[in-house]
Amino acid sequence: MQVTFKIWRQEGPNDKGAIRAYEVDGLTEDMSFLEALDHLNELLVLKNEKVIAFEYDCREGICGQCGVFINGRAHGPLDNMTTCQLHMRSFKDGDTIVIEPWRAASFPVIKDLIVDRSAFDRIIEQGAFISAKTGTAPEANAIPIPKEVSDRAMDAAACIGCGACVATCKNSSAALFTSAKINHLNGLPQGRAEEHKRVAEMTFQMEIEGFGSCTFTGACEVECPEGISVINIAEMNARVTKAKFFG
Amino acid sequence: MKLDAKIPEGRLEDKWRNYQVKSQLINPANKKKLSVIVVGSGLAGAGAASTLAELGYDIKCFCYQDSARRAHSVAAQGGINAAKNYQHDGDSVWRMFYDTLKGGDFRSREANTYRLAELSAPLIDHYVQQGVPFAREYGGTLVNRSFGGVQVQRTFYARGQTGQQLLMAAYSQLYKMVRAKKVEMFPRSEMLDLVVIDGKAKGIIVRDLVTGELKRYAADAVVLATGGYSRVFRLSTLAIGCNGSALWKAHKKGAFFGAPSFTQIHPTALPQSSEAQSKLTLMSESLRNDGRIWVPYQKEDTRRANDIPEAERDYYLERRYPSFGNLAPRDIASRAAKERIDAGFGVGRLKNAVYLDFKHAIERFGLETIKDRYGNLFKMYRKITGIDAYKEPMQISPAAHFSMGGLWVDYELMTTIPGLYAVGECNFSDHGANRLGANSLLQASVDGYFILPNTINNYLANEMKADHPTTDHPEFVKAAQEVKAIIDRVLAVNGTKTVDHFHRELGKVMWQECAMSRNKAGLVKAIAQIQGIRDAFWSDVKVTGDSSELNTELEKALRLADFIELGMLMCTDALERDESCGAHFREEFQTEEGEAVRVDEAYSYVSAWEYTNGDFKLHKEALEFEFVQPSVRSYK
Repeated sequence: MQVTFKIWRQEGPNDKGAIRAYEVDGLTEDMSFLEALDHLNELLVLKNEKVIAFEYDCREGICGQCGVFINGRAHGPLDNMTTCQLHMRSFKDGDTIVIEPWRAASFPVIKDLIVDRSAFDRIIEQGAFISAKTGTAPEANAIPIPKEVSDRAMDAAACIGCGACVATCKNSSAALFTSAKINHLNGLPQGRAEEHKRVAEMTFQMEIEGFGSCTFTGACEVECPEGISVINIAEMNARVTKAKFFG
Repeated sequence: MKLDAKIPEGRLEDKWRNYQVKSQLINPANKKKLSVIVVGSGLAGAGAASTLAELGYDIKCFCYQDSARRAHSVAAQGGINAAKNYQHDGDSVWRMFYDTLKGGDFRSREANTYRLAELSAPLIDHYVQQGVPFAREYGGTLVNRSFGGVQVQRTFYARGQTGQQLLMAAYSQLYKMVRAKKVEMFPRSEMLDLVVIDGKAKGIIVRDLVTGELKRYAADAVVLATGGYSRVFRLSTLAIGCNGSALWKAHKKGAFFGAPSFTQIHPTALPQSSEAQSKLTLMSESLRNDGRIWVPYQKEDTRRANDIPEAERDYYLERRYPSFGNLAPRDIASRAAKERIDAGFGVGRLKNAVYLDFKHAIERFGLETIKDRYGNLFKMYRKITGIDAYKEPMQISPAAHFSMGGLWVDYELMTTIPGLYAVGECNFSDHGANRLGANSLLQASVDGYFILPNTINNYLANEMKADHPTTDHPEFVKAAQEVKAIIDRVLAVNGTKTVDHFHRELGKVMWQECAMSRNKAGLVKAIAQIQGIRDAFWSDVKVTGDSSELNTELEKALRLADFIELGMLMCTDALERDESCGAHFREEFQTEEGEAVRVDEAYSYVSAWEYTNGDFKLHKEALEFEFVQPSVRSYK
């Protein structure tokens, strides 16, 4: 299998950057998309060129570290999956594949396809936790949590923090990411004590990081590898209002 | 040097309490004058960093990923064990202790293993309080399922994403302490050396992976929580960035390496499909709760799985191990799969897999129940293979997975270098020669949250009076120069082959000779081959780019250089142990039916290797069984 990769190359945050084309032969359909890039990098090394910087770690769709724009879509042509789960069988021999980094002002490019998503960590820092110290926990079954409540919390908690929601949003909004975490914790009895403070502080941090507002296009839930629903954003907005009255 | 495991006195049930009663305490006002470096941000690292910060210590935490939330604890799927006995099925701390000790084929310490079981129940309380959405019954109580090697239901889980959910709890707790300014977090930072001053661990040398700058950090103690090293096989279930370099640097600075060859091969990963493959995806062991493993009775059967009638299917685990069946421990299930595949009964395009079939489970429980239990795993399987496993069986194959081996630690989790601790997968302590499923998240968490924060004070209390180290100490200067020299050397080779080329070579040798079954001749050959790979690497590797920039090739090269040396130690260890135990199966030591033959008279010890100028010297920590009698491990 032979394809042409058109890849964003950018030396550093202050470099202008440009698309460069690479013709790559010797690929197979069984290869994952990232393995195809590994293959290209090996060829570049042998040609004495610098490798393309791109991110990955677990390569099984759970760590959230990988993520690039492929032919104009976050994580590639298929819905609800990570870049590492994409395989070359989703492309045809002779295809041209354009690869770019996440584009969002709050995710500045570090090099080539690698962006800085530390804004997400700073949102988490503003209250995405339960302030209980190690060693203070009551017996686990002491507080029953109905299955539906627990399942809903789990649906929201499944977020892997990859940033596809931000990258695909025309406003670069982090509403899906932030709402998923808020709804996970605020939905559980353990998270209640700090619910209003959490909502207020996390959403405030989301704004000062420069993420845009949500205009409910629903683009995020199409790309979210965990299929997290935009309903979470509506729920978060309700919680914001509630926090204003009762917080 | 005599290895002292510092096991406290008393009955097994009393040891941990006796230890805590006698260990030294530090006044809260003094704790903030003491600093600790934690390398790694998974369950062990984040758990230790956040809990030590809550206690008042000044913490610096490092990880190579872009965020602490990526640590590979995230990938554990199936669950976490705890002796809660919620299912009322006869479970207890003692039974969990015994299952773990037996699962490890009696090659771990009684006291450590008991403590692991003892602290499992409060750990579940802890995680529930932190907001982990564990699976629940309609009435609101917690659900359990079974895992391999066990006949009770003691595994707690959050869909097929248990590790992710526990890590999110640990990560958020870590960031709670970042916000409180008690933890300083250093992502995209890789430890490249340990600094030892007057025999004590006092700091690390770190490469900033974005700028390439070498930085020095000093502290009163150093905690390694850097995970497993099964990427030495190249193809493994681990994340691509997982590496053994921090361990290896510590080993070279004097920390003994415990049981390096004890490596778990997981029975249910997706089979390798091509030479270019970088990773073998794990399918949770929990699937063996309801899935049945089989191969056709007929060799080279070309029919599709669904066309093979029931009578022509060999459910070989149920046949060989009727009492545990598909839930036989991992080492046994992997070897049994290898035996069938090697005998020509393998399935799939490359004949390197076996079937994991849910047909009967779906008939019995209904499609909805199976979807509820394993939905995301089936979805993942489909994404990767394009196959709908509700309609036809999955194809699975053994893959390198967990490192039972690691830095030798005593009961306090301290290595042989005073002030250097190892927690989680990177130590050798609780799992012996084989780890039971769902005990990995448990050990990492218990080490980080409960044990280390209660043992490190025993060391730090005496460091109060000592001089606090500074980074201009000659040992820091020397270590930084050594790191720089290695980086310069790698870049200067300018040969003709890529780093991945050498990693593939190393992986082939390790997988062939030092994985599921080993023999003397093979291991001797492997050591020579690895020496050859090392020489070729240092004379012919090519790394482009330079050291003062983000350079992923350089990162890979530095990790591989350490893996090559570690591979040699693993083979040396496997060669030395003339017995079969747990995951260490020496072909010379087996029964006529192919079961392992352990040699307790000669090998009931933990091998602890000392690095001596490029060579390895063996020390032995004898394992004394005071409370249980090691028996022949049988799952028949």
